[in-house]
Amino acid sequence: MNAATAWTDAVTAALVFAVDPVGIGGILLRARAGPVRERWLAGLRAVLPPSQALRSLPLHIADGRLLGGLDLNATLLAGRPVAERGLLTEADGGVLLLAMAERLPQATQAHVTAAMDAGETRVERDGLSLRLPARFGVVALDEGLEDEAAPAGLRDRLAVHLDLTEIAIGDTEAFAVEPAEIVAARVRLAGLRPNQEQIEAICGAAAALGILSLRAPMLALRVAAANAAFAEHDEVEQDDIALAARLVLAPRALIFPQADQPEQPPPPPEPEADQTPPDDQPEPQPSDLDKAMDEVILAAVQAALPPDVLAALRAAAGRSRSRSHGKAGALQKSNSRGRPAGVLRGELRAGARLNVIETLRAAAPWQPLRRRQAEAAGQALGRPRILISKDDFRIARFKQRAETATIFVVDASGSAALHRLAEAKGAVELLLADCYIRRDQVALIAFRGTSAELLLPPTRSLARAKRSLAGLPGGGGTPLAAGLDAALALADQISRKGQTPTVILLTDGRANIARDGGPGRPRAEQDAMAAARQLRAAGITVVLVDTSPRPSPSGAALAKEMGARYLPLPHADATVLSEAVKASLG
Amino acid sequence: MATPFPFSAIVGQDEMKLALLIAAVDPKVGGVLAFGDRGAGKSTAVRALAALLPKMKVVIGCRYNCDPDRPAEFCEECRARADKGALKSAKMPVPVVDLPLGATEDRGVGALDLERALARGVKAFEPGLLARAHRGFLYIDEANLLEDHLVDLLLDVAASGENVVEREGLSIRHPARFVLVGTGNPEEGELRPQLLDRFGLSVEVKTPDDLKSRIEVVRRRDAFERDPAAFVAHWDKEEAKLRKKIVAARDHLPDVAVSDAALERAARLCMALGTDGLRGELTLMRAARALAALEGAKDVGDDQLRRIAPPALRHRLRRNPLDDAGSSVRVDRAITELFG
Repeated sequence: MNAATAWTDAVTAALVFAVDPVGIGGILLRARAGPVRERWLAGLRAVLPPSQALRSLPLHIADGRLLGGLDLNATLLAGRPVAERGLLTEADGGVLLLAMAERLPQATQAHVTAAMDAGETRVERDGLSLRLPARFGVVALDEGLEDEAAPAGLRDRLAVHLDLTEIAIGDTEAFAVEPAEIVAARVRLAGLRPNQEQIEAICGAAAALGILSLRAPMLALRVAAANAAFAEHDEVEQDDIALAARLVLAPRALIFPQADQPEQPPPPPEPEADQTPPDDQPEPQPSDLDKAMDEVILAAVQAALPPDVLAALRAAAGRSRSRSHGKAGALQKSNSRGRPAGVLRGELRAGARLNVIETLRAAAPWQPLRRRQAEAAGQALGRPRILISKDDFRIARFKQRAETATIFVVDASGSAALHRLAEAKGAVELLLADCYIRRDQVALIAFRGTSAELLLPPTRSLARAKRSLAGLPGGGGTPLAAGLDAALALADQISRKGQTPTVILLTDGRANIARDGGPGRPRAEQDAMAAARQLRAAGITVVLVDTSPRPSPSGAALAKEMGARYLPLPHADATVLSEAVKASLG
Repeated sequence: MATPFPFSAIVGQDEMKLALLIAAVDPKVGGVLAFGDRGAGKSTAVRALAALLPKMKVVIGCRYNCDPDRPAEFCEECRARADKGALKSAKMPVPVVDLPLGATEDRGVGALDLERALARGVKAFEPGLLARAHRGFLYIDEANLLEDHLVDLLLDVAASGENVVEREGLSIRHPARFVLVGTGNPEEGELRPQLLDRFGLSVEVKTPDDLKSRIEVVRRRDAFERDPAAFVAHWDKEEAKLRKKIVAARDHLPDVAVSDAALERAARLCMALGTDGLRGELTLMRAARALAALEGAKDVGDDQLRRIAPPALRHRLRRNPLDDAGSSVRVDRAITELFG
């Protein structure tokens, strides 16, 4: 698919979304900030009827603002609790724009998806109990790099997944549609429903593509109906179904439709490093439900899949196993964030957060008394006000959960593999179990041959960690610098999410592949030292476990260079190794 | 509120539906935890339950949904009023109260009524969601994302059946017996292991993987969205049938006999699996009895134990983080060994 047709699809997606924002759920837009994205957003804004504004949702919006809560000003003025609408309610009937969706905190995501599911927000906070309509469509902007992606729960509810990264501004054209056409299409939409055959065909196609969630086929059907409405079709036609398959199903495809088993898709293949691309692309195989229809759909999906099928599938699998975002954003430096952990009577100092509702509660019982006192003292009280004294202040306390993510960087090169790879694996497994108990996240980077590979993005899923460890092959050169660079990049990503990264490096310290992949020990060692200095400069805790049979000066030197703890473990088995690392992490 | 999707029209998900029905027959079984795939209909099932359950009798004007036929369990207000004269009663739907994420503690347990306090200086208690959920269900979507201190609080109240409020100079206790229903997606974070076994039943929800049921799900959903009223009317008969079954099971529940042999079987199963504490046996017994009542059986037999053991026990096993075999597999294995 070339850039121009990709843009055409993106435009179609925007129009279809404008026709039925709530039904379609939304659009996930994977693109860098730039003119292409701006053009697309401007186009969407232009086709939406004026009553439907795009509201943006800031990344770290407070729950109170998102859901609604107590309106402080009005409450103090009126002397009784006054509710304030939240952003989700304000977006009712419009479109919600989520910038940087890949960094969206999990709690915020959960609120948004809950409102999408129920079509309303339910607020039970600050002494208020509110239920307000919140029916909106979502445009999620995903600027994630390779491994970052918007939360899975959100992605699942957004029908269309667009990728504009490959489109240049020269490939784009303006939208040539008036809002009136959209409004007219909305009227037609009410009468359009896919027929039974089309339902079966979409379900069959979804199953053949290994799409597990049932939301995908439902959303695809709505996209088809919306497109039919826009294109002024009398009923949902094959073209509409094909478009829906291309926009909704293709980006979610986990497996390529297999010829022999169209109905029972095999489990999504694990992306393996040593997989070779198939020589010929398998022909799409229609299910026996409705051959012609299925062929159309699968052909549409196939056309949408990039020519490099394997890479696309691997990317899809990678995206689908994006880590959970945990308690993102809780930076440890800030002492006014984190999970709320009750309130305390206290003073209003800089940095303290007043819990308004608890303060009012504390003040409430004293109001008649204070009023009488104030009147007795001759103070004129105008309209009803709340008399609050210093004793009433309640300060919110927050509990910081210093979450750590442990990055295992495993030397899987020939020299290490010979000695100790098996023991290293065992030790990593034991450490993983420990991380699991502490509910830390773990990540795994392996380096061998000429490069380092992130085998496991930060995760809590132990089973997955184990799987990727078991599949860790050994042999080849020792690109130590590449391994350290990968560790640094990941550690940086982790600390940006507010977690504390710890690197555990298992190596014999004998680098022989330079950063550029070229062989040669001196250059390789130079590069490794440079990478080590960068790690130290970044202030990352590193434990270097020297796995060579005899403790070597190169390992110790490397550890010194990166300010790491050096653990020579020549004859230790897996248990001793894991105990030593645990102890040194404290 | 939008019309809920009819319970009987949910395709598949038999284990989850059964667990919810059992909790409806015997609330003492404890809560239901449903973890699993996105978009598999967890929330739909819970919300559908509200419409399915038969209405219950409550004291008119009682803020805690007191049952007029059970004076022993009255709240303080009803007790005071009952002394003065007969209480009037009315029928209301069984509450299925949503505890939304981001709910604050004061709304959960109840707190000082701010409006009355500020405007009139009256110290009055404003009941929270726990009071509203009394004799019904409290539903937490994405239970794994709920603040830990709120979860602790809920489990504590759910276990004791009473909500004790000591805050802002208030000292209130009121009955709060509800069935806790939690759903979530394990990929977004798991529930603390300590909390897991406080739930009576735990079901694993999977998206149906055969094409026929997948098509049926989409088809019914489509029909429902096209015309909710007609769809609900179409399933009305099924719903009424199921409702009757629940009522009959509740009546029948005290008559279901649990033989010593069945008790021994349950204990053996729990021993074989090495579950902690006695909660496993108790839940297994209660759930099996409720299942027998639901099916009109006279006593609890192997069949019921065998079918209810996985949801009653799978979350009580000691976790071995390095063991790939899921808990369900281990339960199944133990059942096969014991029951043959």
